[in-house]
Amino acid sequence: MSRFRKRANGQPGWLFPFVVTAIIILSVLPLGRLAVTGVASALAGGAQGVLTDPTLWRPVYNTVVTSFFGMVAAVLLGGGFALLLTLFDIRGKRVLGFLFMLPTMIPPQVTALSWISMMGPSSTLLKAIGLAPPLGSPQPLYSIGGIAFLFGVQNAALVYLSLRAGLLALPRDAVEAARLSGASSFQVLKDIILPLSLPGFAAGAAIAFVSCVGNFGIPAILGIPASIYTLPTLIYQKFAAFDAGTFADISVLSGLIAVLCVLGLLVESRVLRGRDYRVIGLSGQIAVFRLGRFRLAAELLLWLTIGIILFLPLIALVASSFAPAYGVTLTPATVTLHAYEEILLRQAVTRTAFVNSIGLSLTTAFGLLLVSVLMGYFLVRGGSRFAAVITALAEMPYALPGVVLAVAFILLFAAPLPLINVSIYGTIWIILLAYLSSFLAVSLKPVTSAFRQVDPSLEEAARLSGANFGRRMRDILVPLVAPAAGASVILVFLIACNELTVSALLWSAGTQTLGVAIYNLDDSGSFNLASALSVLVVIMVIAMMLLLEAMGSRLPKGVVPWRS
Amino acid sequence: MAQLILKNISKRFDGTGRAAVENVTLTVREGGLLALLGPSGCGKTTVLRMIAGFEAPTGGTIQIGERCLASDDTMEAPEHRNMAMVFQSYALWPHMSVAENVGYPLKVRRLGTEEQRSRVASALAAVRLDAYADRRPADLSGGQRQRVALARCLVTDPDVVLLDEPLANLDRHLRQEMEETFREFHQRSGATMIYVTHDQAEAMALATDVAVMSEGRLLQVATPEEIYARPEGRLVGSLIGQGAILSLPSPVGHYRLFDRATMQRMLEGGAGVAVDVLVRPQDVEIAAGGIAAQVLSVLFEGERYAVKLSLPDGQVVRAFSRVSVQVGESVPAILHHGWRL
Repeated sequence: MSRFRKRANGQPGWLFPFVVTAIIILSVLPLGRLAVTGVASALAGGAQGVLTDPTLWRPVYNTVVTSFFGMVAAVLLGGGFALLLTLFDIRGKRVLGFLFMLPTMIPPQVTALSWISMMGPSSTLLKAIGLAPPLGSPQPLYSIGGIAFLFGVQNAALVYLSLRAGLLALPRDAVEAARLSGASSFQVLKDIILPLSLPGFAAGAAIAFVSCVGNFGIPAILGIPASIYTLPTLIYQKFAAFDAGTFADISVLSGLIAVLCVLGLLVESRVLRGRDYRVIGLSGQIAVFRLGRFRLAAELLLWLTIGIILFLPLIALVASSFAPAYGVTLTPATVTLHAYEEILLRQAVTRTAFVNSIGLSLTTAFGLLLVSVLMGYFLVRGGSRFAAVITALAEMPYALPGVVLAVAFILLFAAPLPLINVSIYGTIWIILLAYLSSFLAVSLKPVTSAFRQVDPSLEEAARLSGANFGRRMRDILVPLVAPAAGASVILVFLIACNELTVSALLWSAGTQTLGVAIYNLDDSGSFNLASALSVLVVIMVIAMMLLLEAMGSRLPKGVVPWRS
Repeated sequence: MAQLILKNISKRFDGTGRAAVENVTLTVREGGLLALLGPSGCGKTTVLRMIAGFEAPTGGTIQIGERCLASDDTMEAPEHRNMAMVFQSYALWPHMSVAENVGYPLKVRRLGTEEQRSRVASALAAVRLDAYADRRPADLSGGQRQRVALARCLVTDPDVVLLDEPLANLDRHLRQEMEETFREFHQRSGATMIYVTHDQAEAMALATDVAVMSEGRLLQVATPEEIYARPEGRLVGSLIGQGAILSLPSPVGHYRLFDRATMQRMLEGGAGVAVDVLVRPQDVEIAAGGIAAQVLSVLFEGERYAVKLSLPDGQVVRAFSRVSVQVGESVPAILHHGWRL
C-alpha cells in the first residue's frame, strides 16, 4: 500500500532514505553521542566532580553576567535602531539598516581585535592622533564589562531583526483605530505599538542571550589575557590541556551551556506568558510617524552610533594593519603594507588558512546545496508525516552554540570509524562534517521557502509532459528555486568562512581556518598581522553582503536576513 | 485511443474519515467531452487527479482500452500515461518562453529539432498565438496564458486531455471566448476530454456528456439534453438548469413526466405519497385558467421578467413573464409540465 502511494507522488524510491541518512549523519549521531556521554558521565559521578569544582563557578558566573549585560546592551542598541528605522521618517533607512547588520556578520574575534586596536595604550589609531593613554595603563576592554559591551555590539542586530519583523507585522488598522480614538503619536507608540511589539523584543533578547552564552571569539580575545574565563573558553582551555578526564569534563560543560541557553529561552516564554498577541486584522507597513524638528537629531544619533560601533573600530583595525609593529606610532612615514605582504605571500600558516577556509566553505556551501535541494523538495512536496521531525532535527545543530556542536563531533569521532578503522579526528574532514551539520539549517531555509512558493501544478504539468524526477528537477524545479539556492550558497559560504568556534576546537596542525589563524596570530603577539588578516575578512564579508543585497529583489521574503 | 474506463474508484485520504471519492464507475466514450460537474468539494478534482495519476485510488481500477493505468497492484506514473492537462492556474513555467513551454513535452520525448519546431508552430497557430512565441508567460494576459496551456496539450496528441476548472480565473467575457476555443479544440483534435467544472452552464454548453457528482458519489451520467430533461433525484434536479422542486402527492402509476391536467390535479391535493416534482420556469405560464398564485419577487432580466410565485400551499415556483407583474399581486399560474425526480 505505501509503495503504491509513493509511486503516485512521483518521488524516486531513494529520496526518503537519502534524507533520513543525511539527517542521521548531520544531526542525530553527533547530538545523540553528546547526550549519551553527558548522561553517562553524570551517572558515573563525573558531573559531580566537575560541578563541585569551585574553579568552575567563576566561569559560570562570568558567562551569565557577561551574557546578561550583553543582552541588555543588545536590546538597547538593537531596539532603538529597530524602533527608529521602522516607525519614524528617518532618511537613508536602507543604508543604516545594512550598516547596522555588519557587526553581526563580522566574525566576533575580528570585532574584538578592532576594538582593542581602538582603545588602550597601544592603540595605533589613538597614537596617530596623539590621544593614547600612557603606556602601562590597562586596556579597558580586558574586563567583564568589555566582554559584555562587545557582546551587545555583536548581537544588537539580532534584536533589531526580531523586533523589526514584529513591528512590520503589526496591524495597520490597530494604529489607525487608536489615532481615530484621539491618541497622539506618542500615545499610540506607548499604548499600542510597544505593548504589541513586546514578543519581538523578548524573542530578540532571548536569541541575543543564547548567542552570547555560546560566543567564543570575544571572551577568547578579551578574557583569556585577563584570566577571565567563560564556559566556551573554559572548554577550549580544558581541551588544550588535554588529560584523561577531558572528554567527560567537556561534555558536562557543554551540557551546562545548553542548560543556560534553555534557561534563557524559558525566561522568554515566561515573559510572554498570558500575552497572546496574535495579530488580528490586516498587517501592513504602519504609516511612519513624523519626527518633525527632532528628525535631524535622531539621524545624527543613529549615524553617530554607527560611527562608534562600526566605523571607528574598523578604522582602528585598518590603522593597526598598516603599522609596522604593534605599538609603533603610525605616521605617513611609518605606513607599510608589510603585514599584508607577510600574510599573503610569506606566512605559510595564513596561506594554508585561506586555502582551508575557502575550500571548506565552498565544499560546505555546495555540498549542502545538494542536500538542501533534495531535502527541501522532500519536506515541501513529500507529504511525509516525518517532515516536522526532520525539520526540527535539521535546525537543532545550528541552534546549539558552536562549542557544543564541536564537542559533539569530537566525542563522535575521537575513536576510529568502525569497520574501515580510519580516524578522521584531527583531519580536515571532521571540520567539514561539523560545518555541514552546523550550517544545514542556514542552507535549507531559503531553499525550502522557495519550494513552498512553487505551485505544485508546475511540477505536475511537467509529469504529464512525460518528464521523470531527474528531468523535472533539472528543467523545472532547480531553475525555479535557483535564486534562493544561490543565496543559500553565499550565506553558507559567508558564515563558514568567518567561523571560529567550531574550528577552534577541531583544528590541528595544517587544518587551521581563517578564524583560527586570526586568533593564533593575536595570541602570539603578531597584532598587526592579525589586523591585516581581519581587514581582508571584513572586505570579504562586505562584498558578500552587497552581493546578497543586490540579489535581494529576486529572492523569496526572508532569505536575506536583513531585508524585510 | 480508446475508451477511458473507471471501475469502482474510491479515494480515502489519510486522517480523514469520509471518503473523498466513493465507488465511482464511469466510461468516457472515445472522442467525447465529459463534463464532471458538482459543487466544490464533491470529489470531482480528485477523480481528475486519479485519472492523471497524481493520486493513487485506494480502490478500483482505471483503464484506457485494454491498458490498465491503476489498480490494486499497478500504478502507471503520470509521465507514462500520455495525457495532458490544463490546470486551473495554467501551470506555465515562468522561466521558459511561450514556445519552450509548448515544446517541452516534445523535448522530453526527444523529438527532432525540426519536428519540434513545426509542431510547436502549428499548435501556437491553432490557438492564434503564433506572434507570441518568444514572450514569457508573465507578459501575457489571462486568456493568452490559458491558450498557451491549451497549445501545450495539443502538441503531443494525448489520449486524454484533462481540464481542471480552466475558466475559473477568467472574467465573463473571456469565458465565452475560451468556451468557443475549447469547443473548436475538441472538434479539431478529436481527443477524449474530461472537463471539471462547478458551473452547469459551462458544462451544458461544452460537453457531449455530463457527469454529476456530489459528496464523492456519482449521481448521473447522461448527455446534456437528457440530464436537463430527465434528471435523477433532487440533487441533480437542483444542480442542472433552473427550476423549483415541489413536494406533491404522487398519482398512481409509474409516470414521471406529468402533463398540465395531472399537475393541476396534484396541486389541488389528493391521495398518494408525496414525491419531488421538478418544475422548470419555462413550463410555468402566467395566464387565465391557472391556479391563484402570489408574486413574491420580480427581477427584470432584459428579455423577460424572472418571477417567483407562491402557490396556495406555500410552495414556491419560478416563472418567466413577458409582462411586468407587481410584488404581492395575485396572478393565475398554469404549470404545463412536471418531472418526478
